[in-house]
Amino acid sequence: MGAGHGHRLHFHGHSVVHRAQPHHKILALLGFVLLVVATPREWFAAYLLHLSLLLVVIAASRVPVTYLLKRLVVEVPFVVFALLMPFIAHGPQVEVLGVAVSEPGLLAAWGLLVKGTLGVLASLTLAATTEPQDVLRGLERLRMPQLVVQIMGFMIRYLDVVSGELSRMLTAMRSRGCDPRRPRHWPALARSLGALFIRSYERGERVHLAMLSRGYTGRLPS
Amino acid sequence: MSTPTLDVQGLVYAYPDGHAALRGVDLHVHRGERVALLGPNGAGKTTLVLHLNGILTGDAGTVSVSGLPVVKQNLQDVRRRVGIVFQDPDDQLFLGSVRQDVAFGPANLGVRGAALDRRVMDALEQVGMAEFADRPPHHLSFGQRRRVAVATVLAMEPEILVLDEPSSNLDPASRRELADILRSLDVTVLMVTHDLPYALELCPRSVVLAEGAVVADGATFDVLTDDVLMKEHRLELPFGFDPRTIG
Repeated sequence: MGAGHGHRLHFHGHSVVHRAQPHHKILALLGFVLLVVATPREWFAAYLLHLSLLLVVIAASRVPVTYLLKRLVVEVPFVVFALLMPFIAHGPQVEVLGVAVSEPGLLAAWGLLVKGTLGVLASLTLAATTEPQDVLRGLERLRMPQLVVQIMGFMIRYLDVVSGELSRMLTAMRSRGCDPRRPRHWPALARSLGALFIRSYERGERVHLAMLSRGYTGRLPS
Repeated sequence: MSTPTLDVQGLVYAYPDGHAALRGVDLHVHRGERVALLGPNGAGKTTLVLHLNGILTGDAGTVSVSGLPVVKQNLQDVRRRVGIVFQDPDDQLFLGSVRQDVAFGPANLGVRGAALDRRVMDALEQVGMAEFADRPPHHLSFGQRRRVAVATVLAMEPEILVLDEPSSNLDPASRRELADILRSLDVTVLMVTHDLPYALELCPRSVVLAEGAVVADGATFDVLTDDVLMKEHRLELPFGFDPRTIG
């Protein structure tokens, strides 16, 4: 009960990419994303170059491409937005497969799609090859303020605890004949989310007590 | 007589809403003792525990640990001497690996480098969890997390170990393993529990707290076999358990 199942983004391995220093990887990711964002969207060939660079890194990491592709679903809301753009944007029209679409819209959609996908894929590669704890250590090396690193650390630690609590609450709701997916039962769902918030808040207070009891004075030991 | 490890005198505490939780508690625990703190829900057991290391401070009365009064300027020293293991190990283990969590307390006390590593590994060995040092706590079983929670406090080398419901939510095997560990430790123990057989097994002495005051203090066997006292304070032995039939 309550025991988590590991971080779903990490792919265990010992490749060059896995072994690289986390702060180097974070800097590389940041540099790559800035480069992609700064590339004008008409430079189609440049994107081919970006993609092949990324694919080389993925190949070196020995993380299966399908593993990363499956996790690309987080991008779906942006994809939907991008696909709508050619139809709702103004400007000169062009024919694509017999449908008239806005030319600037098409270009904007392409830009959003390609930049988003490359950024998400690169981030997933970092997550797949770096343990969450190492990402935090890397951020610390890069002088990210202690407080922010601490908060992120707690978030990672308690993500499983809180999501476990939520799934137990939902199971308890379903056991009593409530289907959280039916809009009619959304008020009950909202109340249980409120309860989850209170529980998490109270847990935060208990964790703080446990920290004080072990001599915490405001700084985590490095 | 020597200075008691734990000396609580006339402790009174009311919650901010005016509800009186402790109404004059007297409790002495001497070095090397293992004492069970019994009492029904709402008796004030957890409130008393939070006074022992100065998380809460009484409205009247005193608490001292080996002669050192629990007051604001001594808090850091008091928290080294009194190690509290809370009921939910998820509250106690908040860092990314078992090793980091066990190191948290001693590091706050200024222990560094090789001395810190030694303390961490010593504490983990005492609870039989040394091989899990580099695992994230949330990947361990509940019983293992409870043992690591004990280690996080042992690493501070406390004079008294205070355990809040140590056997709760444990399966019988984990419960017995924890009992073996607690028996093997050379440390004074105060154990808050509803698990009366566990108290009898581990603690020669028991103190009963009811409505914010100590109502009984004596040998665990005598307390558990005092039917009038037990009934009066909502203490009940589990079905089929009779201390008189145990040696």
